[in-house]
Amino acid sequence: MLKTPESLATLENAGIYRAGRWLVRGVAFSIDAGEIVTLIGPNGSGKSTTAKMALGILKPDEGTIRRRPDLKIAYVPQKLTVDWTLPLTVQRFMRLTGHTSAAEADEAMAATGVSHLATAEVRTLSGGEFQRVMLARAIARKPDLLVLDEPVQGVDFTGEIALYDLIKRIRDEMHCGILLISHDLHVVMAATDRVICLNGHVCCSGTPTVVASSPEYKALFGARAAPTLAVYEHHHDHSHLPDGRVLHGDGSITDHCHPQDGHHHHEDSPDEIHSHHDDKRKHDAR
Amino acid sequence: MLDDFFTRAIVAGVGVALVAGPLGCFIVWRRLAYFGDTLSHAALLGVALAFLFEVNITLAVFAVSACVSLALLLLQKRATLSADALLGLLSHSALALGLVVLAFMTWIRIDLMGFLFGDILAVSKMDIAIVWLGGTIVLAVLAAIWRPLFAATVNRELAEAEGMNPERANIIFMLLMAAVIAISMKIVGVLLITAMLIIPAAAARRFASGPEQMALLAAGIGAASVVGGLFGSLEWDTPAGPSIVVAALGLFVLSVLPAVSRSPVKADEPEKRTTDFQKETRP
Repeated sequence: MLKTPESLATLENAGIYRAGRWLVRGVAFSIDAGEIVTLIGPNGSGKSTTAKMALGILKPDEGTIRRRPDLKIAYVPQKLTVDWTLPLTVQRFMRLTGHTSAAEADEAMAATGVSHLATAEVRTLSGGEFQRVMLARAIARKPDLLVLDEPVQGVDFTGEIALYDLIKRIRDEMHCGILLISHDLHVVMAATDRVICLNGHVCCSGTPTVVASSPEYKALFGARAAPTLAVYEHHHDHSHLPDGRVLHGDGSITDHCHPQDGHHHHEDSPDEIHSHHDDKRKHDAR
Repeated sequence: MLDDFFTRAIVAGVGVALVAGPLGCFIVWRRLAYFGDTLSHAALLGVALAFLFEVNITLAVFAVSACVSLALLLLQKRATLSADALLGLLSHSALALGLVVLAFMTWIRIDLMGFLFGDILAVSKMDIAIVWLGGTIVLAVLAAIWRPLFAATVNRELAEAEGMNPERANIIFMLLMAAVIAISMKIVGVLLITAMLIIPAAAARRFASGPEQMALLAAGIGAASVVGGLFGSLEWDTPAGPSIVVAALGLFVLSVLPAVSRSPVKADEPEKRTTDFQKETRP
Protein backbone atom coordinates (compact mmCIF):
# COMPACT_ATOMS: atom_id res chain seq x y z
CA MET A 1 0.00 0.00 0.00
CA LEU A 2 1.34 3.40 -0.94
CA LYS A 3 1.95 5.64 1.99
CA THR A 4 0.79 9.22 1.62
CA PRO A 5 1.32 10.83 4.99
CA GLU A 6 0.61 14.33 3.67
CA SER A 7 -2.90 13.45 2.46
CA LEU A 8 -5.68 14.69 4.71
CA ALA A 9 -7.99 11.82 3.87
CA THR A 10 -7.62 8.82 1.61
CA LEU A 11 -10.38 6.51 0.45
CA GLU A 12 -9.38 3.15 -0.99
CA ASN A 13 -11.96 0.99 -2.73
CA ALA A 14 -14.52 2.24 -0.19
CA GLY A 15 -18.16 1.18 -0.41
CA ILE A 16 -21.39 1.36 1.60
CA TYR A 17 -23.89 -1.49 1.51
CA ARG A 18 -27.43 -0.83 2.76
CA ALA A 19 -30.67 -2.81 2.52
CA GLY A 20 -29.49 -5.24 -0.09
CA ARG A 21 -27.62 -2.93 -2.43
CA TRP A 22 -24.44 -0.97 -2.73
CA LEU A 23 -25.14 2.73 -2.39
CA VAL A 24 -21.67 3.43 -3.64
CA ARG A 25 -18.76 1.16 -4.27
CA GLY A 26 -15.12 1.15 -5.22
CA VAL A 27 -14.50 4.79 -4.40
CA ALA A 28 -10.86 5.75 -4.34
CA PHE A 29 -9.41 9.23 -4.05
CA SER A 30 -7.45 11.39 -1.65
CA ILE A 31 -7.44 15.02 -0.64
CA ASP A 32 -4.30 16.95 0.14
CA ALA A 33 -3.96 20.25 1.94
CA GLY A 34 -4.65 23.18 -0.33
CA GLU A 35 -6.57 21.07 -2.81
CA ILE A 36 -10.16 21.40 -3.96
CA VAL A 37 -11.85 18.17 -4.95
CA THR A 38 -15.37 18.29 -6.39
CA LEU A 39 -17.77 15.37 -6.37
CA ILE A 40 -20.43 15.48 -9.05
CA GLY A 41 -23.07 13.03 -10.15
CA PRO A 42 -26.83 12.62 -10.57
CA ASN A 43 -29.24 12.22 -7.65
CA GLY A 44 -28.67 9.02 -5.72
CA SER A 45 -25.23 8.55 -7.19
CA GLY A 46 -23.62 8.41 -3.75
CA LYS A 47 -22.09 11.88 -3.50
CA SER A 48 -23.27 12.57 0.04
CA THR A 49 -22.60 8.97 1.06
CA THR A 50 -19.04 9.28 -0.19
CA ALA A 51 -18.57 12.58 1.64
CA LYS A 52 -19.92 11.01 4.84
CA MET A 53 -17.39 8.22 4.53
CA ALA A 54 -14.60 10.76 4.16
CA LEU A 55 -15.97 12.59 7.22
CA GLY A 56 -16.15 9.42 9.31
CA ILE A 57 -19.93 9.59 9.78
CA LEU A 58 -20.36 6.35 7.86
CA LYS A 59 -18.04 3.39 8.25
CA PRO A 60 -17.29 1.75 4.91
CA ASP A 61 -18.55 -1.82 4.49
CA GLU A 62 -15.62 -2.58 2.28
CA GLY A 63 -12.34 -0.83 1.55
CA THR A 64 -10.51 1.50 3.87
CA ILE A 65 -10.51 5.15 4.80
CA ARG A 66 -7.56 6.83 6.36
CA ARG A 67 -7.61 10.27 7.86
CA ARG A 68 -4.57 12.14 9.08
CA PRO A 69 -4.44 11.93 12.88
CA ASP A 70 -5.80 15.04 14.64
CA LEU A 71 -7.46 16.17 11.45
CA LYS A 72 -9.66 19.19 12.16
CA ILE A 73 -12.79 18.91 10.08
CA ALA A 74 -15.50 21.45 9.34
CA TYR A 75 -18.69 20.24 7.71
CA VAL A 76 -21.46 22.14 5.99
CA PRO A 77 -24.28 19.62 5.60
CA GLN A 78 -26.73 19.67 2.74
CA LYS A 79 -29.74 20.24 4.92
CA LEU A 80 -30.03 21.58 8.42
CA THR A 81 -33.38 22.47 9.87
CA VAL A 82 -33.78 24.26 13.16
CA ASP A 83 -37.34 24.31 14.40
CA TRP A 84 -39.18 26.72 16.61
CA THR A 85 -38.56 24.89 19.86
CA LEU A 86 -34.84 25.52 19.59
CA PRO A 87 -33.78 29.09 20.39
CA LEU A 88 -30.60 29.49 18.40
CA THR A 89 -29.05 32.75 17.27
CA VAL A 90 -26.38 32.98 14.59
CA GLN A 91 -23.85 33.99 17.27
CA ARG A 92 -24.57 30.86 19.29
CA PHE A 93 -24.59 28.71 16.15
CA MET A 94 -21.06 29.92 15.39
CA ARG A 95 -19.79 28.22 18.56
CA LEU A 96 -21.77 25.03 18.08
CA THR A 97 -18.94 22.52 18.09
CA GLY A 98 -15.94 24.42 19.42
CA HIS A 99 -14.60 27.35 21.34
CA THR A 100 -14.62 30.01 18.67
CA SER A 101 -13.63 33.44 19.97
CA ALA A 102 -15.88 36.39 19.25
CA ALA A 103 -13.18 37.94 17.06
CA GLU A 104 -12.80 34.78 14.98
CA ALA A 105 -16.56 34.50 14.60
CA ASP A 106 -16.85 38.16 13.55
CA GLU A 107 -14.08 37.77 11.02
CA ALA A 108 -15.67 34.68 9.49
CA MET A 109 -19.11 36.27 9.37
CA ALA A 110 -17.63 39.34 7.68
CA ALA A 111 -15.95 37.08 5.10
CA THR A 112 -19.26 35.54 4.07
CA GLY A 113 -21.18 38.80 4.44
CA VAL A 114 -23.48 37.86 7.30
CA SER A 115 -22.19 40.16 10.06
CA HIS A 116 -25.51 41.98 10.16
CA LEU A 117 -27.29 38.71 11.04
CA ALA A 118 -25.26 37.97 14.19
CA THR A 119 -28.20 38.31 16.58
CA ALA A 120 -30.85 36.89 14.25
CA GLU A 121 -32.48 33.59 15.03
CA VAL A 122 -31.22 30.89 12.71
CA ARG A 123 -34.68 29.67 11.75
CA THR A 124 -35.67 33.10 10.40
CA LEU A 125 -32.86 33.15 7.81
CA SER A 126 -33.45 32.59 4.13
CA GLY A 127 -31.84 29.62 2.41
CA GLY A 128 -29.00 31.65 0.97
CA GLU A 129 -28.35 33.50 4.23
CA PHE A 130 -28.23 30.26 6.16
CA GLN A 131 -25.81 28.73 3.66
CA ARG A 132 -23.46 31.66 4.22
CA VAL A 133 -23.89 31.41 8.00
CA MET A 134 -23.03 27.71 7.88
CA LEU A 135 -19.99 28.51 5.76
CA ALA A 136 -18.94 31.21 8.22
CA ARG A 137 -19.20 28.72 11.07
CA ALA A 138 -17.08 26.25 9.16
CA ILE A 139 -14.40 28.85 8.38
CA ALA A 140 -14.29 30.05 11.97
CA ARG A 141 -13.23 26.56 13.00
CA LYS A 142 -10.06 27.01 10.92
CA PRO A 143 -10.26 23.43 9.65
CA ASP A 144 -7.67 21.29 7.89
CA LEU A 145 -10.43 19.72 5.83
CA LEU A 146 -13.59 21.55 4.83
CA VAL A 147 -16.46 19.48 3.45
CA LEU A 148 -19.24 21.37 1.68
CA ASP A 149 -22.36 19.47 0.65
CA GLU A 150 -24.01 21.45 -2.14
CA PRO A 151 -23.05 24.85 -0.75
CA VAL A 152 -24.66 26.82 -3.57
CA GLN A 153 -28.17 25.40 -3.29
CA GLY A 154 -30.72 28.09 -2.63
CA VAL A 155 -28.23 30.71 -3.74
CA ASP A 156 -28.93 32.73 -6.87
CA PHE A 157 -26.41 32.79 -9.66
CA THR A 158 -24.59 35.98 -8.66
CA GLY A 159 -24.40 34.61 -5.16
CA GLU A 160 -23.12 31.36 -6.55
CA ILE A 161 -20.18 33.05 -8.25
CA ALA A 162 -19.42 35.03 -5.10
CA LEU A 163 -19.58 31.84 -3.05
CA TYR A 164 -17.22 30.01 -5.40
CA ASP A 165 -14.84 32.98 -5.22
CA LEU A 166 -15.03 32.79 -1.46
CA ILE A 167 -14.34 29.06 -1.39
CA LYS A 168 -11.28 29.60 -3.56
CA ARG A 169 -10.12 32.37 -1.22
CA ILE A 170 -10.60 30.12 1.81
CA ARG A 171 -8.40 27.51 0.17
CA ASP A 172 -5.74 30.07 -0.78
CA GLU A 173 -5.65 31.80 2.60
CA MET A 174 -6.15 28.88 4.97
CA HIS A 175 -4.48 26.25 2.81
CA CYS A 176 -7.02 23.64 3.82
CA GLY A 177 -8.29 20.78 1.72
CA ILE A 178 -11.82 21.28 0.42
CA LEU A 179 -14.21 18.52 -0.59
CA LEU A 180 -17.06 20.06 -2.51
CA ILE A 181 -20.24 18.28 -3.53
CA SER A 182 -21.98 19.81 -6.48
CA HIS A 183 -25.53 19.12 -7.51
CA ASP A 184 -24.76 20.39 -10.96
CA LEU A 185 -23.37 17.82 -13.34
CA HIS A 186 -21.85 20.34 -15.68
CA VAL A 187 -20.83 23.41 -13.81
CA VAL A 188 -18.02 23.17 -11.35
CA MET A 189 -15.54 25.60 -9.96
CA ALA A 190 -12.63 26.64 -12.15
CA ALA A 191 -10.45 26.46 -9.07
CA THR A 192 -11.24 22.77 -8.64
CA ASP A 193 -8.10 20.69 -8.80
CA ARG A 194 -9.90 17.43 -9.38
CA VAL A 195 -13.43 16.46 -10.32
CA ILE A 196 -14.75 13.04 -9.39
CA CYS A 197 -17.88 11.94 -11.16
CA LEU A 198 -19.88 9.40 -9.22
CA ASN A 199 -22.68 7.16 -10.32
CA GLY A 200 -22.67 4.39 -7.74
CA HIS A 201 -18.95 4.14 -8.43
CA VAL A 202 -16.30 6.50 -9.73
CA CYS A 203 -17.30 7.05 -13.33
CA CYS A 204 -14.38 9.24 -14.17
CA SER A 205 -12.14 11.81 -12.58
CA GLY A 206 -9.73 14.47 -13.69
CA THR A 207 -9.04 18.18 -13.92
CA PRO A 208 -11.89 20.37 -15.14
CA THR A 209 -11.59 21.99 -18.52
CA VAL A 210 -12.23 25.67 -18.60
CA VAL A 211 -14.72 26.26 -21.35
CA ALA A 212 -15.04 29.98 -21.52
CA SER A 213 -15.55 29.71 -25.25
CA SER A 214 -18.47 27.27 -25.20
CA PRO A 215 -21.45 29.09 -26.76
CA GLU A 216 -24.11 27.08 -24.85
CA TYR A 217 -22.36 27.84 -21.62
CA LYS A 218 -22.17 31.56 -22.31
CA ALA A 219 -25.78 31.62 -23.38
CA LEU A 220 -26.79 29.88 -20.21
CA PHE A 221 -24.83 31.87 -17.68
CA GLY A 222 -23.49 34.95 -19.42
CA ALA A 223 -19.92 35.89 -20.25
CA ARG A 224 -19.21 37.29 -16.80
CA ALA A 225 -19.35 33.83 -15.30
CA ALA A 226 -16.66 32.45 -17.52
CA PRO A 227 -13.59 33.25 -15.41
CA THR A 228 -15.18 31.85 -12.25
CA LEU A 229 -17.08 28.81 -13.37
CA ALA A 230 -15.89 26.04 -15.55
CA VAL A 231 -17.46 23.13 -17.28
CA TYR A 232 -16.08 19.70 -16.77
CA GLU A 233 -17.13 17.87 -19.85
CA HIS A 234 -17.40 14.18 -19.99
CA HIS A 235 -19.73 11.62 -21.27
CA HIS A 236 -20.62 8.32 -19.78
CA ASP A 237 -19.22 5.48 -21.84
CA HIS A 238 -21.70 3.16 -20.17
CA SER A 239 -25.10 3.30 -18.52
CA HIS A 240 -26.68 1.36 -15.68
CA LEU A 241 -29.62 -0.90 -16.42
CA PRO A 242 -32.53 -1.18 -13.96
CA ASP A 243 -31.38 -4.65 -12.85
CA GLY A 244 -27.94 -3.32 -11.92
CA ARG A 245 -26.07 -4.62 -14.94
CA VAL A 246 -24.00 -2.30 -17.04
CA LEU A 247 -24.62 -1.45 -20.68
CA HIS A 248 -21.40 -0.31 -22.30
CA GLY A 249 -20.86 2.10 -25.14
CA ASP A 250 -19.76 -0.77 -27.38
CA GLY A 251 -23.11 -2.50 -26.85
CA SER A 252 -21.93 -5.21 -24.48
CA ILE A 253 -23.54 -5.92 -21.12
CA THR A 254 -21.62 -6.88 -17.98
CA ASP A 255 -22.55 -7.46 -14.36
CA HIS A 256 -20.07 -4.95 -13.00
CA CYS A 257 -18.33 -1.85 -14.04
CA HIS A 258 -14.55 -2.03 -14.16
CA PRO A 259 -12.50 0.61 -15.92
CA GLN A 260 -9.99 -1.99 -17.07
CA ASP A 261 -12.41 -4.51 -18.55
CA GLY A 262 -11.94 -3.29 -22.08
CA HIS A 263 -15.49 -2.04 -22.50
CA HIS A 264 -14.56 1.44 -21.42
CA HIS A 265 -12.64 4.21 -23.08
CA HIS A 266 -9.45 5.32 -21.44
CA GLU A 267 -10.40 7.53 -18.57
CA ASP A 268 -9.46 11.18 -18.80
CA SER A 269 -8.10 10.88 -22.30
CA PRO A 270 -8.78 13.75 -24.68
CA ASP A 271 -11.29 11.72 -26.71
CA GLU A 272 -13.42 11.58 -23.56
CA ILE A 273 -14.20 15.22 -23.96
CA HIS A 274 -17.25 15.91 -26.02
CA SER A 275 -19.27 19.02 -26.36
CA HIS A 276 -21.44 20.21 -23.53
CA HIS A 277 -24.45 19.84 -25.72
CA ASP A 278 -23.86 16.18 -26.46
CA ASP A 279 -23.28 15.49 -22.84
CA LYS A 280 -26.50 17.11 -21.77
CA ARG A 281 -28.52 15.20 -24.28
CA LYS A 282 -27.11 11.94 -23.00
CA HIS A 283 -28.13 12.80 -19.49
CA ASP A 284 -31.59 13.88 -20.49
CA ALA A 285 -32.07 10.62 -22.29
CA ARG A 286 -31.34 8.56 -19.18
CA MET B 1 -36.69 24.11 59.37
CA LEU B 2 -37.04 20.76 57.63
CA ASP B 3 -39.20 19.47 60.44
CA ASP B 4 -42.27 20.89 58.80
CA PHE B 5 -43.70 18.53 56.17
CA PHE B 6 -44.72 21.45 53.96
CA THR B 7 -41.21 22.95 53.96
CA ARG B 8 -39.76 19.54 53.16
CA ALA B 9 -42.17 19.24 50.24
CA ILE B 10 -41.13 22.63 48.85
CA VAL B 11 -37.40 21.93 49.22
CA ALA B 12 -37.71 18.52 47.54
CA GLY B 13 -40.04 19.79 44.80
CA VAL B 14 -37.83 22.76 43.96
CA GLY B 15 -34.84 20.42 43.80
CA VAL B 16 -36.61 18.23 41.26
CA ALA B 17 -37.75 21.23 39.22
CA LEU B 18 -34.23 22.68 38.99
CA VAL B 19 -33.00 19.42 37.43
CA ALA B 20 -36.08 18.69 35.34
CA GLY B 21 -36.07 22.11 33.62
CA PRO B 22 -32.74 21.87 31.75
CA LEU B 23 -33.24 18.18 30.93
CA GLY B 24 -36.77 18.92 29.79
CA CYS B 25 -35.41 21.42 27.26
CA PHE B 26 -33.61 18.59 25.50
CA ILE B 27 -36.81 16.50 25.64
CA VAL B 28 -38.65 19.32 23.88
CA TRP B 29 -35.86 20.09 21.38
CA ARG B 30 -35.38 16.45 20.46
CA ARG B 31 -39.10 15.61 20.49
CA LEU B 32 -38.64 12.95 23.10
CA ALA B 33 -41.84 13.58 25.07
CA TYR B 34 -43.02 10.06 24.44
CA PHE B 35 -39.62 8.73 25.41
CA GLY B 36 -39.96 10.45 28.79
CA ASP B 37 -43.36 8.83 29.20
CA THR B 38 -41.93 5.42 28.40
CA LEU B 39 -39.15 5.74 30.95
CA SER B 40 -41.48 6.92 33.67
CA HIS B 41 -43.96 4.13 33.01
CA ALA B 42 -41.12 1.67 33.24
CA ALA B 43 -40.40 3.15 36.67
CA LEU B 44 -43.38 1.27 38.07
CA LEU B 45 -41.73 -1.99 37.08
CA GLY B 46 -38.70 -0.75 38.99
CA VAL B 47 -40.87 -0.20 42.07
CA ALA B 48 -42.29 -3.71 41.81
CA LEU B 49 -38.84 -5.25 41.42
CA ALA B 50 -37.57 -3.23 44.38
CA PHE B 51 -40.24 -4.80 46.58
CA LEU B 52 -39.59 -8.24 45.15
CA PHE B 53 -35.85 -8.19 45.75
CA GLU B 54 -36.02 -5.87 48.76
CA VAL B 55 -33.64 -3.24 47.37
CA ASN B 56 -33.70 0.55 47.41
CA ILE B 57 -36.60 1.85 45.30
CA THR B 58 -34.70 4.78 43.78
CA LEU B 59 -31.85 2.50 42.70
CA ALA B 60 -34.23 -0.10 41.26
CA VAL B 61 -36.16 2.53 39.31
CA PHE B 62 -32.92 3.98 37.95
CA ALA B 63 -31.73 0.52 36.90
CA VAL B 64 -34.97 -0.38 35.13
CA SER B 65 -35.28 2.99 33.39
CA ALA B 66 -31.65 2.78 32.28
CA CYS B 67 -32.23 -0.74 30.92
CA VAL B 68 -35.32 0.39 29.03
CA SER B 69 -33.52 3.34 27.45
CA LEU B 70 -30.58 1.18 26.41
CA ALA B 71 -32.99 -1.45 25.06
CA LEU B 72 -34.61 1.27 23.04
CA LEU B 73 -31.25 2.37 21.60
CA LEU B 74 -30.51 -1.21 20.56
CA LEU B 75 -33.96 -1.83 19.11
CA GLN B 76 -33.78 1.41 17.14
CA LYS B 77 -30.57 0.22 15.49
CA ARG B 78 -32.29 -2.97 14.36
CA ALA B 79 -35.14 -0.74 13.15
CA THR B 80 -37.84 -3.27 12.40
CA LEU B 81 -40.57 -1.20 14.08
CA SER B 82 -40.89 2.56 13.98
CA ALA B 83 -39.64 4.49 16.99
CA ASP B 84 -43.10 5.42 18.30
CA ALA B 85 -44.36 1.84 18.04
CA LEU B 86 -41.28 0.65 19.93
CA LEU B 87 -41.82 3.28 22.61
CA GLY B 88 -45.47 2.31 22.98
CA LEU B 89 -44.51 -1.32 23.24
CA LEU B 90 -41.86 -0.73 25.89
CA SER B 91 -43.89 1.84 27.78
CA HIS B 92 -47.07 -0.08 28.31
CA SER B 93 -45.57 -3.51 28.66
CA ALA B 94 -43.29 -2.21 31.42
CA LEU B 95 -46.26 -0.55 33.14
CA ALA B 96 -48.40 -3.69 32.84
CA LEU B 97 -45.56 -5.92 33.95
CA GLY B 98 -45.02 -3.72 37.00
CA LEU B 99 -48.70 -3.91 37.96
CA VAL B 100 -48.76 -7.69 37.49
CA VAL B 101 -45.63 -8.22 39.58
CA LEU B 102 -47.06 -6.01 42.33
CA ALA B 103 -50.32 -7.99 42.29
CA PHE B 104 -48.42 -11.26 42.69
CA MET B 105 -46.84 -10.06 45.92
CA THR B 106 -49.97 -10.48 48.00
CA TRP B 107 -48.00 -10.09 51.22
CA ILE B 108 -47.22 -6.47 50.38
CA ARG B 109 -49.76 -3.70 50.76
CA ILE B 110 -48.55 -0.66 48.88
CA ASP B 111 -50.19 2.61 48.05
CA LEU B 112 -50.27 2.39 44.26
CA MET B 113 -51.71 5.89 43.98
CA GLY B 114 -48.65 7.19 45.79
CA PHE B 115 -46.42 5.87 43.05
CA LEU B 116 -48.66 6.90 40.18
CA PHE B 117 -49.29 10.45 41.36
CA GLY B 118 -46.52 11.03 43.87
CA ASP B 119 -46.53 11.70 47.55
CA ILE B 120 -44.63 14.94 47.91
CA LEU B 121 -46.10 15.73 51.32
CA ALA B 122 -44.57 12.56 52.73
CA VAL B 123 -40.94 13.19 51.70
CA SER B 124 -38.36 12.49 54.36
CA LYS B 125 -35.06 14.24 55.02
CA MET B 126 -33.46 11.24 53.33
CA ASP B 127 -35.57 11.85 50.20
CA ILE B 128 -34.46 15.47 50.18
CA ALA B 129 -30.84 14.40 50.43
CA ILE B 130 -31.32 12.01 47.47
CA VAL B 131 -33.02 14.69 45.37
CA TRP B 132 -30.41 17.37 45.99
CA LEU B 133 -27.37 15.11 45.85
CA GLY B 134 -28.64 13.18 42.83
CA GLY B 135 -29.80 16.38 41.19
CA THR B 136 -26.42 18.05 41.65
CA ILE B 137 -24.69 15.08 40.03
CA VAL B 138 -27.17 15.04 37.13
CA LEU B 139 -26.71 18.77 36.49
CA ALA B 140 -22.92 18.49 36.71
CA VAL B 141 -22.87 15.68 34.14
CA LEU B 142 -25.31 17.57 31.93
CA ALA B 143 -23.05 20.63 32.03
CA ALA B 144 -20.09 18.45 31.08
CA ILE B 145 -21.81 16.98 28.00
CA TRP B 146 -23.72 20.15 27.15
CA ARG B 147 -21.76 21.17 24.04
CA PRO B 148 -21.73 17.78 22.25
CA LEU B 149 -25.32 17.06 23.29
CA PHE B 150 -26.55 20.39 22.03
CA ALA B 151 -24.53 20.14 18.82
CA ALA B 152 -26.00 16.67 18.20
CA THR B 153 -29.48 18.09 18.85
CA VAL B 154 -28.98 20.70 16.15
CA ASN B 155 -27.48 18.25 13.67
CA ARG B 156 -26.17 14.85 14.55
CA GLU B 157 -24.04 14.34 11.47
CA LEU B 158 -22.42 17.73 11.80
CA ALA B 159 -21.59 16.97 15.43
CA GLU B 160 -20.19 13.59 14.48
CA ALA B 161 -18.12 14.92 11.57
CA GLU B 162 -16.59 17.58 13.79
CA GLY B 163 -15.56 15.10 16.45
CA MET B 164 -18.25 15.69 19.08
CA ASN B 165 -19.04 11.99 19.63
CA PRO B 166 -22.85 12.36 19.70
CA GLU B 167 -23.39 8.65 20.36
CA ARG B 168 -21.68 8.89 23.74
CA ALA B 169 -23.52 12.10 24.60
CA ASN B 170 -26.82 10.41 23.71
CA ILE B 171 -26.22 7.42 25.95
CA ILE B 172 -25.18 9.63 28.86
CA PHE B 173 -28.27 11.77 28.31
CA MET B 174 -30.52 8.70 28.46
CA LEU B 175 -28.90 7.66 31.72
CA LEU B 176 -29.46 11.17 33.10
CA MET B 177 -33.12 10.86 32.16
CA ALA B 178 -33.34 7.56 34.01
CA ALA B 179 -31.72 9.22 37.05
CA VAL B 180 -34.13 12.15 37.00
CA ILE B 181 -37.10 9.82 36.83
CA ALA B 182 -35.75 7.79 39.73
CA ILE B 183 -35.25 10.80 41.98
CA SER B 184 -38.45 12.61 41.03
CA MET B 185 -40.88 9.69 41.05
CA LYS B 186 -41.72 10.09 44.69
CA ILE B 187 -42.38 13.80 44.25
CA VAL B 188 -44.78 13.93 41.30
CA GLY B 189 -45.40 10.25 40.56
CA VAL B 190 -44.91 8.05 37.53
CA LEU B 191 -47.73 9.56 35.48
CA LEU B 192 -46.75 13.20 35.93
CA ILE B 193 -42.96 13.20 35.62
CA THR B 194 -43.06 13.95 31.91
CA ALA B 195 -45.18 17.01 32.65
CA MET B 196 -42.47 18.37 34.98
CA LEU B 197 -39.92 17.83 32.22
CA ILE B 198 -41.87 19.31 29.33
CA ILE B 199 -44.21 22.03 30.55
CA PRO B 200 -41.62 24.34 32.18
CA ALA B 201 -39.35 23.97 29.14
CA ALA B 202 -42.23 24.72 26.79
CA ALA B 203 -43.20 27.76 28.86
CA ALA B 204 -39.60 29.00 28.80
CA ARG B 205 -39.29 28.86 25.02
CA ARG B 206 -40.98 32.13 24.19
CA PHE B 207 -38.80 34.14 26.53
CA ALA B 208 -35.49 32.50 25.65
CA SER B 209 -33.08 33.75 23.03
CA GLY B 210 -30.52 31.01 23.53
CA PRO B 211 -30.44 27.37 24.64
CA GLU B 212 -28.60 28.02 27.90
CA GLN B 213 -31.02 30.79 28.77
CA MET B 214 -33.96 28.53 28.03
CA ALA B 215 -32.57 25.86 30.36
CA LEU B 216 -32.22 28.37 33.23
CA LEU B 217 -35.69 29.80 32.59
CA ALA B 218 -37.20 26.31 32.53
CA ALA B 219 -35.60 25.55 35.89
CA GLY B 220 -37.01 28.79 37.30
CA ILE B 221 -40.49 28.24 35.90
CA GLY B 222 -40.47 24.68 37.25
CA ALA B 223 -39.49 25.90 40.72
CA ALA B 224 -42.24 28.54 40.61
CA SER B 225 -44.74 25.84 39.62
CA VAL B 226 -43.73 23.72 42.60
CA VAL B 227 -44.13 26.58 45.06
CA GLY B 228 -47.36 27.80 43.46
CA GLY B 229 -48.81 24.31 43.19
CA LEU B 230 -48.02 23.40 46.77
CA PHE B 231 -49.53 26.57 48.18
CA GLY B 232 -52.54 26.04 45.93
CA SER B 233 -52.98 22.51 47.19
CA LEU B 234 -52.75 23.76 50.79
CA GLU B 235 -55.29 26.49 50.10
CA TRP B 236 -57.85 24.44 48.20
CA ASP B 237 -57.08 21.01 49.62
CA THR B 238 -56.19 19.51 46.24
CA PRO B 239 -53.69 16.67 45.64
CA ALA B 240 -50.15 18.09 45.70
CA GLY B 241 -48.55 16.41 42.65
CA PRO B 242 -51.33 17.24 40.18
CA SER B 243 -51.59 20.78 41.63
CA ILE B 244 -47.93 21.37 40.75
CA VAL B 245 -48.56 20.26 37.18
CA VAL B 246 -51.65 22.48 36.97
CA ALA B 247 -49.59 25.43 38.20
CA ALA B 248 -46.99 24.70 35.50
CA LEU B 249 -49.74 24.51 32.91
CA GLY B 250 -50.99 27.91 34.08
CA LEU B 251 -47.54 29.41 33.57
CA PHE B 252 -47.33 27.82 30.12
CA VAL B 253 -50.69 29.28 29.12
CA LEU B 254 -49.54 32.69 30.35
CA SER B 255 -46.37 32.36 28.29
CA VAL B 256 -48.17 31.69 25.03
CA LEU B 257 -50.73 34.48 25.40
CA PRO B 258 -49.90 36.98 22.64
CA ALA B 259 -49.99 39.90 25.09
CA VAL B 260 -47.10 38.49 27.12
CA SER B 261 -45.08 37.82 24.01
CA ARG B 262 -41.75 39.55 24.04
CA SER B 263 -40.53 38.50 20.64
CA PRO B 264 -41.17 41.02 17.88
CA VAL B 265 -43.22 38.79 15.61
CA LYS B 266 -45.94 39.74 13.19
CA ALA B 267 -49.44 39.93 14.56
CA ASP B 268 -50.68 36.79 12.83
CA GLU B 269 -47.72 34.66 13.73
CA PRO B 270 -47.91 33.90 17.45
CA GLU B 271 -51.18 32.09 16.98
CA LYS B 272 -49.82 29.88 14.24
CA ARG B 273 -46.55 29.11 15.98
CA THR B 274 -48.30 28.17 19.15
CA THR B 275 -50.40 25.56 17.42
CA ASP B 276 -47.40 24.21 15.54
CA PHE B 277 -45.56 23.95 18.77
CA GLN B 278 -48.31 22.12 20.57
CA LYS B 279 -48.63 19.69 17.73
CA GLU B 280 -44.95 18.90 17.92
CA THR B 281 -44.73 18.34 21.63
CA ARG B 282 -47.70 16.07 21.80
CA PRO B 283 -46.48 12.47 22.07
